[in-house]
Amino acid sequence: MPPPVNRRTGFSRRAQFSTFIGYVVGVIGVFIGAVLLVIYAVDKTAFSGARGLAADATAPAARLTAGGRTAGTNIFAVIAGYFVTGAENARLQREVALARVRLVQAAALADENRQLKAELHLANSGSQHPVANAWLIASTDSSTRRFATISAGYSDGVRTGMPVVSPLGLVGRVLETGHKSARVLLVTDSESVVPVKRASDGLPGFATGRPDGLLQLRLISLGINPLKPGDAFVTSGSGGLYWPGTPIAVVSSLTHDGAVARVLGTPLASAFVTVQSIWNPIADTTLPPPPSTDLRSKPRS
Amino acid sequence: MIAPRLLGSQSAAARPRLNRTASPLVAYFTPWFTIVLASTMPGWAYIASSPLMPPLGFLMLLAWRQLNPGLLPVWAGLPLGLIDDLFSGQPPGSGVLLWSVAVLGLELVEMRWPWRNFLVEWMVSGTIIAVYLLFAGVIANGRNPPDWLALMPPQILISILVYPLIGRLVARCDRWRLTPFRIVR
Repeated sequence: MPPPVNRRTGFSRRAQFSTFIGYVVGVIGVFIGAVLLVIYAVDKTAFSGARGLAADATAPAARLTAGGRTAGTNIFAVIAGYFVTGAENARLQREVALARVRLVQAAALADENRQLKAELHLANSGSQHPVANAWLIASTDSSTRRFATISAGYSDGVRTGMPVVSPLGLVGRVLETGHKSARVLLVTDSESVVPVKRASDGLPGFATGRPDGLLQLRLISLGINPLKPGDAFVTSGSGGLYWPGTPIAVVSSLTHDGAVARVLGTPLASAFVTVQSIWNPIADTTLPPPPSTDLRSKPRS
Repeated sequence: MIAPRLLGSQSAAARPRLNRTASPLVAYFTPWFTIVLASTMPGWAYIASSPLMPPLGFLMLLAWRQLNPGLLPVWAGLPLGLIDDLFSGQPPGSGVLLWSVAVLGLELVEMRWPWRNFLVEWMVSGTIIAVYLLFAGVIANGRNPPDWLALMPPQILISILVYPLIGRLVARCDRWRLTPFRIVR
């Protein structure tokens, strides 16, 4: 048991004064915190500079741990491999056989697509321009908000708003940039809203982050819920920002107005990510030109 | 005298203490430095999809204040909370506000109950940790539906259970802080 601290300042004016000032500043700290919260509520970009600086300062150390983290994950995967290899092998062989057939079908479709685009005189340049490749080096794992830090920043060409993807799917978008690091709003954050569509038929909706790391899908058209578990969703690209066709989630369970979906590019699995340029549908040359006036004034038969 | 040096087995305790004193810089800045380090570190552990890591910086602050109350001033929550806000992902200001309130709260407990044992200290800090995490959640998702509340119990439990370990670590740091490695001439 530690002895209580002697708080008697005696007759020393200096000691009395410094103790008093200590309490005053302590209370002022509470008010400063409240004021900062209000400032942030009004202007969300107010502290991005300071955050960028802080992320830059810790990026080298965070990068080292990112490497160790990847190695650690691999070790567990290797150990798990010893137990499930046989069943996994059989399943994979079945899947490869199916995938070969699908691949042929897809090639035929791609060919047909190319022909149709040629007939419509569309340029076939809808490629998604990667800006930078980066490690996911840190995340806010003690807070209820979902941010991550990537190891590429303003000097690598990363700008605010750029989508961040992994080979598995959409991860998030850049929120603030530092010099050599950037802060990413993950799709699972509660403030993240991504316009999506069902991969099979283009049924439109929105994907909002849930605090438990899943996504809440809400459909634009209300009515009978047409979703089924296992439905895959991709970004629709409406409103710009995210490139259309990026895989994002698979429905895991249904709710009354949509579904709860599992994120495909779950950050735990994707240590290495790509930052893409912002998709700007106005400037996209792959879209057909807007209908001209003489088309509209065509006499009706 | 030569043999242990050759073997490299000189521990801190066995080191000669004559003509040596603790560095005032280390003695004063160790708590600040360890808290800042603990604020930045939880983010490196893994890329999270839900909050699970204890707020290590906050636990460290509580532990230093409980172990050695005179070391950090009452206003320590202001600068340290500000630094924590840069890394924690909370809205800026939430750390400043909650850390300042927590330190003032600990100060009140200390004035009211000067003699405490381990269990009382743990109960006090456990209560502060739970309240802190809940209010941090409120500040971060005030406008959203309250489904984030369901995720809080595991993190609160882990944080409370981890706290005594952080206390031991802080005690180690407190001993190291006063290691006499500066040679007085």
